[in-house]
Amino acid sequence: MHASAELAGPSRRTRPRDSAASWPLADRIGLGLCWAAGVTLTLLATAIVLYMGVKGISQLHLSYLFQHPTADVDQSKSGGFLDPIEGTLLLTAIGTAIAVPIGTGVALWLVEYGRPAPLARTVESAVEIIAGAPSIVIAVFGLVVFSQPAFAFLSFRATGADAAFGRSFVIAGAAMSLLALPLVVGAVREALLQVPNHLREASLALGKTVGATIRRVLLPAVRPGIATGTALGMGRIIGDTAIVILLLGNTLGTESADGGLPGFRLLRGTGSTLTSYIYGNSPAGEGGAPEKAYAAAFVLLALVIALNVLATRLARGNLSALTGGAAWTR
Amino acid sequence: MPPPIRRISLEQAPTVVPEPAASNGNGHAAAATRSAASAAAIERMRCDQVTIAYGQKVAVNRVELPIRQGEVLALIGPSGCGKTTLLRSLNRLTELTPSAARGGRISLDGEDVDTLEVTELRRRVSMVFQQPNPFPMTVFDNVAYALRDGASRRPRKPALAEPVEHALRRAGLWDEVKDNLDHPALRLSGGQQQRLCIARALAAQPEVLLMDEPCSALDPVSTTTIEQLILELREQIAVVIVTHNLQQAQRVADHVAFMYLGELVEYGPSEQIFHAPQAQRTRDYVHGAFG
Repeated sequence: MHASAELAGPSRRTRPRDSAASWPLADRIGLGLCWAAGVTLTLLATAIVLYMGVKGISQLHLSYLFQHPTADVDQSKSGGFLDPIEGTLLLTAIGTAIAVPIGTGVALWLVEYGRPAPLARTVESAVEIIAGAPSIVIAVFGLVVFSQPAFAFLSFRATGADAAFGRSFVIAGAAMSLLALPLVVGAVREALLQVPNHLREASLALGKTVGATIRRVLLPAVRPGIATGTALGMGRIIGDTAIVILLLGNTLGTESADGGLPGFRLLRGTGSTLTSYIYGNSPAGEGGAPEKAYAAAFVLLALVIALNVLATRLARGNLSALTGGAAWTR
Repeated sequence: MPPPIRRISLEQAPTVVPEPAASNGNGHAAAATRSAASAAAIERMRCDQVTIAYGQKVAVNRVELPIRQGEVLALIGPSGCGKTTLLRSLNRLTELTPSAARGGRISLDGEDVDTLEVTELRRRVSMVFQQPNPFPMTVFDNVAYALRDGASRRPRKPALAEPVEHALRRAGLWDEVKDNLDHPALRLSGGQQQRLCIARALAAQPEVLLMDEPCSALDPVSTTTIEQLILELREQIAVVIVTHNLQQAQRVADHVAFMYLGELVEYGPSEQIFHAPQAQRTRDYVHGAFG
């Protein structure tokens, strides 16, 4: 009895102190605002997902995923959005294929070499500038660069003008890679900074070169970081519209270019993605088929959420598969 | 444990229970066994007037030290006395610190280490770190990595099975991991990880093994195992160990170097340092007056 009273004593005394009711008014208002902000954001996210889910599922027919779109005013004849899905996947593949190796390389150079220091600082600022640049700015810049006649091999030469068309899957993919690049650099850099220094030294102390250490020790150690950066970058690419409209030609269907190397025709061709399809069919675009826009938006949202889940999984799971859940002591 | 060269029977092994110096005969007996070993010692490395500075701060000041095969050399001294820096300079790991500069001469078998290819030097003078740091690969590959050239994945597994087993046996880890060679090395316990790191360091057949407080992150049982291992290894290679633990130094070392503020205060047989130190500072340190 006495002992239990003693045990209960301190907890009774600390409980009111723990609760916000005893806090100063300003702190309570602050807590309330933070709480409200978090709840609002959650509600907003739920609302978007629910609204798009309900609208999308009610409009979505499975056939949309397998039918080519056609330009028809009659919505029952305008087909599905197979081509935009293809476009989204192809563009994402090109963008990540360019961004991941370069981004990993930049991060490795920054963390493992980073000399001369002024150059490293310049590279860091450059990455930040690219990260902050609106995609429409990157798109306009890309258009200017790739319209140069010298780049005609990436699209085609415009008839009657000394300029290239400047729009194709490779060109849009190259521009998209700039969106993903800073995310890859950031994720890999963080992962490299997490690797304890004595791990690098252990490899060097076995008579290995820095290059061998990077390939056999550091790259496996930062694989989860690379995976995270890749998934984040993919999400960014999938969600972008400006570059698609300016640099992919924004044709309704996927069109291969004429001539050139056989395998290269599609890459030099034009097309659309889910985002540009949604834009085109929304009340803001010329299509005026909001039902299809909703259905496509639902598919897009599902794709992005799936990628986010994948990114989280990879970040958590991959390392533990590699290390058995353990990590190095720092 | 497999027989590497000479097994030390339990009766012969120095006691692992921390006991004050000079208070029992056991320690003396162990020291006597050890001096027998050091009689046949061959000098492998030598430090001549070695000075190492980080910027303006001198970490190691004109140290003269022989490192012999067949005996264990322990570097002792309070924190920040330069013992780890000195150890790391032996395989030129100090060069990884941009601000570090070294003067004097360190030789390996009479050759200046600066004239050796750094990768070759480090293969001959291997190192075990304070924290167990297996690479993010399988147990087998951790050892095989040391045997392969650079980042190469060749020779393939079958060709390396024997040397990998040999290295794991030398580190006394084989029986514990022989069925789990394909498991990630980071799933091993801390003591096993550290023995894996020793196996890895031994795999390339080094001539000198540097150990930087190899037991400080380990439990007493793993510590005992590793100390046993050190005593077995000294027959084949020169072992230099940095330790904060004076009992450990007493248990494993044949010669002890006491460093203080970057200077080598006293160097001598373990018995002398712990039982009849010449310098006042050594006496104070080994008797626990400061640390």
